[in-house]
Amino acid sequence: MAPLAGAALSACGTSGPGTTGGSGGGGGGGGKASWWYLSGDPNETIRKDNIKSWNSSNAQETIDITFFQNDAYKTKIKTAIGAGQAPTMIYGWGGGTLASYAAAGQVIDLTDWLSQNPDVKNAVLPASYGPATIDGKIYAYPNENASPIIFYYNKRVFSKAGISAPPKTWDELLSLVKTLNAAGIAPIALAGQSRWTSMMWLEYLFDRVGGPDVFNAIFKGEANAWSNADAIKALTMVQDLVKAGGFIKGFESITADSNADQALMYTDKTAMMLHGSWTYAGMKNDGGDFVPGGNLGWFDFPTVSGGKGDPKDTCGNPGQYTSISSKASEEAQKVAKDFFAKGIMSEEVIQKFIDSGQVCIAASAADKFAASKDKDFLEYAYNLTKNAPVFQQSWDQALSPATAEALLSNIDQLFSLSITPEQFATNMNATLGK
Amino acid sequence: MSVSAATTRAPATAAPTSPPEHRSVKTGSVAWMALPALLFFAFFGGVPLVGVLVLSFTQWDGIGAISWLGVGNWTSVLADPVMWKALGLTFGIMIFSWLVQTPLALLLGVFTAGTQKYRAFLAVLYFLPLLMSAAAISIAYKALLDPNFGLAASLGIPWLVQNWLGSPTLVLFVVIFVLSWMYVPFHSLIYQGGVRQIPTTMYEAASIDGAGTVRQFFSITLPQLKYTVITSSTLMVVGSMTAFDLIFVLTGGGPGDATRVLALDMYLRGFRANQMGPASVIAVLIVLIGLGLAQLLQRLGGKDKTSSQMEGM
Repeated sequence: MAPLAGAALSACGTSGPGTTGGSGGGGGGGGKASWWYLSGDPNETIRKDNIKSWNSSNAQETIDITFFQNDAYKTKIKTAIGAGQAPTMIYGWGGGTLASYAAAGQVIDLTDWLSQNPDVKNAVLPASYGPATIDGKIYAYPNENASPIIFYYNKRVFSKAGISAPPKTWDELLSLVKTLNAAGIAPIALAGQSRWTSMMWLEYLFDRVGGPDVFNAIFKGEANAWSNADAIKALTMVQDLVKAGGFIKGFESITADSNADQALMYTDKTAMMLHGSWTYAGMKNDGGDFVPGGNLGWFDFPTVSGGKGDPKDTCGNPGQYTSISSKASEEAQKVAKDFFAKGIMSEEVIQKFIDSGQVCIAASAADKFAASKDKDFLEYAYNLTKNAPVFQQSWDQALSPATAEALLSNIDQLFSLSITPEQFATNMNATLGK
Repeated sequence: MSVSAATTRAPATAAPTSPPEHRSVKTGSVAWMALPALLFFAFFGGVPLVGVLVLSFTQWDGIGAISWLGVGNWTSVLADPVMWKALGLTFGIMIFSWLVQTPLALLLGVFTAGTQKYRAFLAVLYFLPLLMSAAAISIAYKALLDPNFGLAASLGIPWLVQNWLGSPTLVLFVVIFVLSWMYVPFHSLIYQGGVRQIPTTMYEAASIDGAGTVRQFFSITLPQLKYTVITSSTLMVVGSMTAFDLIFVLTGGGPGDATRVLALDMYLRGFRANQMGPASVIAVLIVLIGLGLAQLLQRLGGKDKTSSQMEGM
């Protein structure tokens, strides 16, 4: 309870006496603003230092930062916004949740401010604005790092099984699965219990088979959008992969929060893994010689013959998003905007993100990757993000919370073969427009 | 439910029910002393309960405005197969937990009620699981059950390598096992206390009459523990209605909705899907079913529950 109590205090008492009945509790006045952020390094330390140096050079516009654990934060921020007690700056992932804040008038529209300040707008990759944009208006400033979903492979295992190159097409992938199973190696690591890990397969397959329009129709809530022939094909392909023994046995019991799927990779138990770019740092930390020894490889998601999607399309999270609470005072809102312009993506912050092995979305980041030890990976992931004609945001973030919950539950059953692709489509059609 | 309305009048309504006149004065003054506690309960127990009841008739995503919906949430939740499956699962886990836990806890309780020193030592060991939080237990079991890095794989026992948390049929037994592992110590402690209250003279008389250990257990221990069984069962049954933390961390309700019990269903609807109305409906259902079950168990205990257990001694 202590961190919660502390946060409540910092949220409404930053300007000292006299705030009672003031600006609706949002961030206080007196030239100060508040920010709630996620705990956990390396980013917690980066932001702590960032705010410390901001506060020392901007005495009139200081910012209070409070850290929360990821899952606790997601519940806490919703409750705080619902109660009119939000911090000045709201950390988020854009998409469906941001849309619900915007619909309730809880976050301010940044469109005009960004077009008046093109330098601020162009400081980050244009592709990252997608999840921040709702009905043509920008409600959050994208910052920090992109997390594209990457297809990794284990070079040690590949050479052991006599495989020379990663698969370029879906058919090649299926024949690799056969080869690997025959060699007694599990082809693909998947943390099925976490469900969103399985979802990443669908995101890519929907795009490769049917192009971005299939999901866009779902996103818009068009009737029977999940029953689209291409969607059914993609869902069937996933089940074919499961039936062919593509995923490690017992994958439904494996969880991503314990990083067991990454461990399967660096302990040579599996040959491949589809996962977020953040797992690179995880495998580098925990895998001993695996990453530094050059045993980790990566490749573009395979193409599907006759598929309509651009092979350069990618998915994942295009960035992190910070919104400004509409309940915050004028002064606090100004502090937040100044911070967006000069502090949130300062040169120092960008450098620290890159040093920690993350794909910073700053427009100026590209030049800095060359000096990094993780140059190859960072450049690959950055170009994947930058050159993607479509960067599909993770479905569970893009869709409304109610739909996302239903989606994850149905994906679980799809991968365990408890429901057919048609049943999946019927179940999900019932959630359209909710 | 009606607590908040009754609170301030508690002393007045209490007075007529206490029969002898010389006591009513005394009871009245004592009732006044209960007022702070009652007010406290009304505020922190009654008000939220009424709030949830009101919310169950509204539409709210937890962020925007609350709008009145009438019985819409009730009809949709009562028509929702997910809720019925959750209810069925809750009862399933309740019944299986009872069947697994009660005999084990009873036997352990009787065993540890003995006076030998090693039994006291074992009682401490048995009690250890309850000292850990449900979250810690769940995370530990998740790690132990991992098919690749868990206990079975590290010890090299192939038959123990199962899809424990990923198979819709196996996972239920895992949940019941872990729940029992955690709560058997608590219930055996209750039984231990119950057994120690049985007068030793009864056993002495029985052995003089030639009754053996087994006969003594069924003829003395078990009947004497009747009310202990009811107490323990009530706690078990009502606890199963609200079982949440352990299942939430262990399986998250999955795979699919194979372990999505009622309390978890409520949480997922309210805080994951942002549908506070339907979540409130389920909260009200849990309160009603829990109260009903507790009442039922008290009835099963017989109307003589206030009389002495020593009767007929």
